[in-house]
Amino acid sequence: MIVYWLCFILFLVGLYGVITKRNLIKIAISLSIMEFSTFLFFTLIGFREGGVAPIVDPADPVKTYVDPLPQAMVLTAIVIGLATTAMLMSVIIRLYRKYGTFDIREIKNLKG
Amino acid sequence: MTVIVKKTTQLIAGMVFLYGIYVIIHGHLTPGGGFAGGVVMAGSFILLILAFGSDFMHLTKEESGSTLYENLAILVVVFLSVSGLLYGARIFFLNWLPKGTAGELVSAGMLPLYNIFVGIEVASSILTIFLALVIFKEETLE
Amino acid sequence: MNPLIPLFVIIPLAGAFLIMIIGKFLSGFGRYFTSAILLSLVVFSIYSLFTGSGTLSLYKVGGWEPVNRIPIGIYMVMDGFTVIVLCIINIIGFLSAFYSISYIKRYTSENFYYALFCLMTAGMNGVVLSGDLFNIFVFMEISVIAAYALVAFGVEKNELEATFKYQVLGCLASFMILIGIGFIYWKAKTLNIADIKEVLSSGYDRTYYLVVQILILSGFGLKAAIIPFHAWLPDAHSSAPSPISAMLSGVLIKAVGIYVIIRLFFNMFELSENMSVLITTLGALSMVIGVFLAIGQWDIKRLLAYHSISQMGYVVLSVGAGMILVAQGEKPEIATLAIAGGIFHLVNHAVFKGLLFLNAGAIEYTIGTRDLKEMGGLAKQMPATSATSFIASMSISGIPPFNGFFSKLIIIIACVMAKFYLLAALAVLVSIITLASFLKFQRYAFYNKTDRGREKTIKEVPFPMLFSMVIMSLLCVLLSLLAIPDIRDTILGPAIDILMDPVKYSTQIIGI
Repeated sequence: MIVYWLCFILFLVGLYGVITKRNLIKIAISLSIMEFSTFLFFTLIGFREGGVAPIVDPADPVKTYVDPLPQAMVLTAIVIGLATTAMLMSVIIRLYRKYGTFDIREIKNLKG
Repeated sequence: MTVIVKKTTQLIAGMVFLYGIYVIIHGHLTPGGGFAGGVVMAGSFILLILAFGSDFMHLTKEESGSTLYENLAILVVVFLSVSGLLYGARIFFLNWLPKGTAGELVSAGMLPLYNIFVGIEVASSILTIFLALVIFKEETLE
Repeated sequence: MNPLIPLFVIIPLAGAFLIMIIGKFLSGFGRYFTSAILLSLVVFSIYSLFTGSGTLSLYKVGGWEPVNRIPIGIYMVMDGFTVIVLCIINIIGFLSAFYSISYIKRYTSENFYYALFCLMTAGMNGVVLSGDLFNIFVFMEISVIAAYALVAFGVEKNELEATFKYQVLGCLASFMILIGIGFIYWKAKTLNIADIKEVLSSGYDRTYYLVVQILILSGFGLKAAIIPFHAWLPDAHSSAPSPISAMLSGVLIKAVGIYVIIRLFFNMFELSENMSVLITTLGALSMVIGVFLAIGQWDIKRLLAYHSISQMGYVVLSVGAGMILVAQGEKPEIATLAIAGGIFHLVNHAVFKGLLFLNAGAIEYTIGTRDLKEMGGLAKQMPATSATSFIASMSISGIPPFNGFFSKLIIIIACVMAKFYLLAALAVLVSIITLASFLKFQRYAFYNKTDRGREKTIKEVPFPMLFSMVIMSLLCVLLSLLAIPDIRDTILGPAIDILMDPVKYSTQIIGI
């Protein structure tokens, strides 16, 4: 059970970073931390005590396998996370070019 | 970069590339597959660019090339999945090739084909992302 | 198996990448190709509305048959509710793409624009059609990542800031949804919506699933910009190019937000009174606060964006009132009326809000500003824009004989009949404030005389933009026919049936 709580703490670390940090890059890093805590949670869901990788060996079929579905989901979610992070980084680079700063307090053209 | 870095990269990049191909081709037998192998393959290109550097014009040309490969690869994947729709039973993503014996390299019907093209797609798209970010940075410095 | 179902995803997906390749060598290819493929999707969706309506058709991707009545493959499901949302996605998508032909000429790299547009449509069609939770997540991410890029398409200061805000909040929402899906999979051991319903029907842990419901509601609520989660919407929707604003406000927040909330809460979770009251309260809050935030705006697109929050509030409130009645298990005919009103307003909002954003785009295209104070007297120079925007404004503020009046009327009647007098009064009040705010828009943009000495140079927008606006204003009038009970029953009836019956959806899917 303790691993689930550690995973949750990792999520909160990321959330803390997103809320309190003022630097755009640090916000992106915090989002990545949250993302990976979610992935960790998924792999923990699929874990079985004493399980092996879910590859069926025709010679010796009776074994405990870990659940492959969460792993497939994590792989898909990693690809999506890659796209999101790349998009976020390119937006940050562009923002830096326009505003000349990474400080979120100085990027406030839109309000109301 | 120094000579040491350049020489090591020259030695390693080829092996990294080959390892990526190995992971892709054995995707239906072992953990890994298109995405993991594609990332490894893209890693070898990125290593070379980082070690040897490249001028701005060259990078943009390379980026347009990798975008083209990316789009072609994903179109092939879409075509492969649609081929199931055209084949007899009208089922999208149908695995209609003969399955073969489990555990052999040439088996599992369409899966190795998907793995190969997804691998090309992932390798070229990660390279595109890397190049695009480098190009953005170069533009910023000017 | 209906072979039409996967085409809704395949055609725009393949189209997006074809545009990127052929557009390199043939300039202007993307412009017409996007309109062509979206027109074909419009034909398909209207065909399925009139032929397959009332029945639920299932598509097993890859031909994976269920084992011991447990579905193991990916299912695509098309039922009455799906078909309606598909129709509005593709119709608004086609009209926006056609409008873009002349609008987007002033931006560079058209091919990227059209490719992203196709990807966004593919993602939304996928969300609506998919029958399991994880595919909803994947398609949702495809469409919102395309939307992030499209919001930033102008790459100026405002666009980038808006897209950064949208992305950070969107990522948080995605994580909440993903964790919610993980929690469901942990206990239910399945991802198929119908199968989860089956598992839940044999008893479940109430506190555990309450947490899941809250996670799912806040995640999709953030994507749908219900009020405590609305911060990104006015920035993102007002900074995007106008056809994209029409898509975002008209369909994206519905397809990836409201649709999924309605689908999951009616067909997957057991309706509980607490959650229904929470949803109704959120709806009422967004309805009231959205309109009060809107009334002080002077930027047209910002004003319209705040009205989107308010109008989505109507939909959520009405569906939520239906949920309360279903959860209490009494007065099913009033619940039917409330849900019908909600879905009717959802369709109407897509049409008139899309039209209003296209009008705003037309104004911006000709005079180059979005500030209401700098406009005026446009009614003479741009008669068609003025007329269509008058229809849309009257429609959104609930003036007969336009469609917005009838859906609001149904919502208010349902609230009164269910004895939610406060909600009915709020709905009337918000409608009046909406009218005030749109009279301001009409007066300042089209009738107020200003002396800027440039009246001569302003002329009506080119044909593609005009065509989309006129078709949408015709739809505004035509959709009011849905108020006639017979027509409503044939079009909206199957959707309401599938939502009202708690087990119809799951038994049909598991049974086939």
